Amino acid sequence: MSITYLEAIREAQARALADDPRVFIYGQDVGVFGGAFKATKNLANQFPGRVLDAPISEDAIIGMSVGAALEGLRPIIEMQFADFSTVGFNQIVNQAATMFWRTTRICPITVRLPFGGTSGSGPFHSQTMETIYAHYPGLVVMTPASVEDAYSMLLEAVAIDDPVIFCEHKLLYYHLKAEKLPTEALPVGKARITREGRDMTVVAYSAMVHEAIAAADELALEGYQIEVVDLRSVKPLDTDTVMASVARTGRLLCVGESWPWGGVTAEVVARVTQEGFGLLDAPPQRLNAKDTPVPYHPNLWAAHRPTARRIAAAARNLLRQ
Amino acid sequence: MFETVLKPGAVGEDSRFRETYLKAFRWMVLARILDDKLASLYRAGKIHGGVFLGRGQEALSAAAGVSLQPGDVFAPLIRDAAGRLAFGEPVIDAVRTFMGSPLGPMRGRDGNVHRGRIDQGILPMISHLGAMISVVNGMLWAKRFNGKKGMVGIASIGEGATSTGACHEAMNQAAIEKLPLVVVIANNQYAYSTPNSRQFACESLAERAVGYGFEGHSVDGTDLSACLNCVGDAVEKARSGGRPQLIVAQLLRLCGHGEHDDASYVDSRLKSNPDFRDCLKVAEDELLERGWANDELISGWRAEAAKTVEEAVATTQREAAPDPFKEDWSALSTRHLCEGHD
Ligand SMILES: Cc1ncc(C[n+]2csc(CCOP(=O)(O)OP(=O)(O)O)c2C)c(N)n1
Repeated sequence: MSITYLEAIREAQARALADDPRVFIYGQDVGVFGGAFKATKNLANQFPGRVLDAPISEDAIIGMSVGAALEGLRPIIEMQFADFSTVGFNQIVNQAATMFWRTTRICPITVRLPFGGTSGSGPFHSQTMETIYAHYPGLVVMTPASVEDAYSMLLEAVAIDDPVIFCEHKLLYYHLKAEKLPTEALPVGKARITREGRDMTVVAYSAMVHEAIAAADELALEGYQIEVVDLRSVKPLDTDTVMASVARTGRLLCVGESWPWGGVTAEVVARVTQEGFGLLDAPPQRLNAKDTPVPYHPNLWAAHRPTARRIAAAARNLLRQ
Repeated sequence: MFETVLKPGAVGEDSRFRETYLKAFRWMVLARILDDKLASLYRAGKIHGGVFLGRGQEALSAAAGVSLQPGDVFAPLIRDAAGRLAFGEPVIDAVRTFMGSPLGPMRGRDGNVHRGRIDQGILPMISHLGAMISVVNGMLWAKRFNGKKGMVGIASIGEGATSTGACHEAMNQAAIEKLPLVVVIANNQYAYSTPNSRQFACESLAERAVGYGFEGHSVDGTDLSACLNCVGDAVEKARSGGRPQLIVAQLLRLCGHGEHDDASYVDSRLKSNPDFRDCLKVAEDELLERGWANDELISGWRAEAAKTVEEAVATTQREAAPDPFKEDWSALSTRHLCEGHD
């Protein structure tokens, strides 16, 4: 038996619905149809009245779930694509994210964002949104890279008393598989050393973890041992684990699928430079997508985002320094 | 607060209406006196930031407040002092929030009209207009999900804010979910300085009700009796399972957008138009005409309201300001997930 990243997300929702009567799911086409990606397949039948189709109204979708959360419920919202969350942006960052700080009332909503680039998806179905949400206080931003994390972190997202932006990578949906669902998990807020190595640290998250591992495989053939750190959540960001890794390797490359201006990679580099300058044997490096909208054609798309080859090339440069 | 002041007359519709009217009138008086005090505190430099008043909108707002019951939801906006008071917000909440007292409901973290008591069903508005309606929807939806019945939510909004996408999305959503929602639009002719002609092009905003699947009502927002009847009926319809309700009240903002604004752009013909009288004066005249109160009684109510407001201000002025060193700078309730905690 094996289970995909997408099935893990479905299973986590099924379990959340089964275990907690306060949980409900709200989003476009999530009901009988089972969602654009089938992440809620059969849930409407299994949990009548708790999996609701929403109109194409991202603002009102988030607004309504905030109201429901204030009444003690635990909404899981599916944005059909992360890109469309910009239409609900105001309710996320100004309503949900400010609620606890302004009023002491908790706002436990989970916003699932099917995000990231896939070949042929173009400028409006490919965006990664973690940077923009991580910038705002009052939100937890999760970016699971494995089937096991997708499952356990989604369950944790629902249990957390604060609004959670759950970034699930569409590229991992069908291809990434695990033997079984996990029974235990690292706590949210802890990064994981996915691959150990002594020559260089590559920090990545979400789909980029897999590109980083492929790059590390390539470099292993050349005799380099690359350590790969999977951030798991970008907010909070586990600076300690990153710093400990850099202390061992002396070299840092941070990889993100987001655009280059600011963002997670810049944040990691800034923190390591500020707090761990003396640990570095070479200037820390960042690798991001190009500073244009995400292109449609596969050739252009493959050149736009960081890939294993680009990561390996950047790593070689850094290793020579 | 005002329940026991007047002995009800003969039992029946009339006496009930009279009682509601008197209650609403007294909330209007209290709101006006509170607003006037806030304006003078602003002029004296005692308030940080803006002051936004509800002058001229008290009849509509009070009608909303008195039509609600415990267990209902109210999302007031910037000109709803009367409705807030009528639905149970203490005067001191307003004063403390305007003055930034750490003992107020927003503890100095948010100010002026951005205050509420969620436990009592009063939502603390965010500034972004149109954003509160869907939150009311969610509370009503969740109450129904939790098996509650007979509740109502009122979302207050200005004619300007009806132009937001958020307002449109939320009204459509309420109709789809068949929620007991009443949207009360105060058409005060201006959104800040923007006249209606630059805000919408339909004859009346009430026409929009049909498009949303709401039941629509128009009302003279300067007439307390009309407001009580209109809002009261709409609330009862929503409460008893009718469609969502839309009320559009015609009135005029009798102040600047905020106290920083002299409102010189307001057309002088509107100011002298008898349709846009001061609702408080209209209500007082009606009270006297109906013989439900006399000058002496009304002055007594005014004095009592003034005392309540002065006491709230005096209390708040004695309170220490928020201390940044004692402040808990955590935006998350899950403390170990907060960034930058040391
Ligand atoms: C989305 C949004 N845009 C702009 C503003 C700035 N703003 C605050 S009040 C206001 C005018 C509101 O007019 P209206 O809705 O008619 O209410 P009124 O002030 O007349 O009571 C504006 C433009 C805002 N608060 N929210």
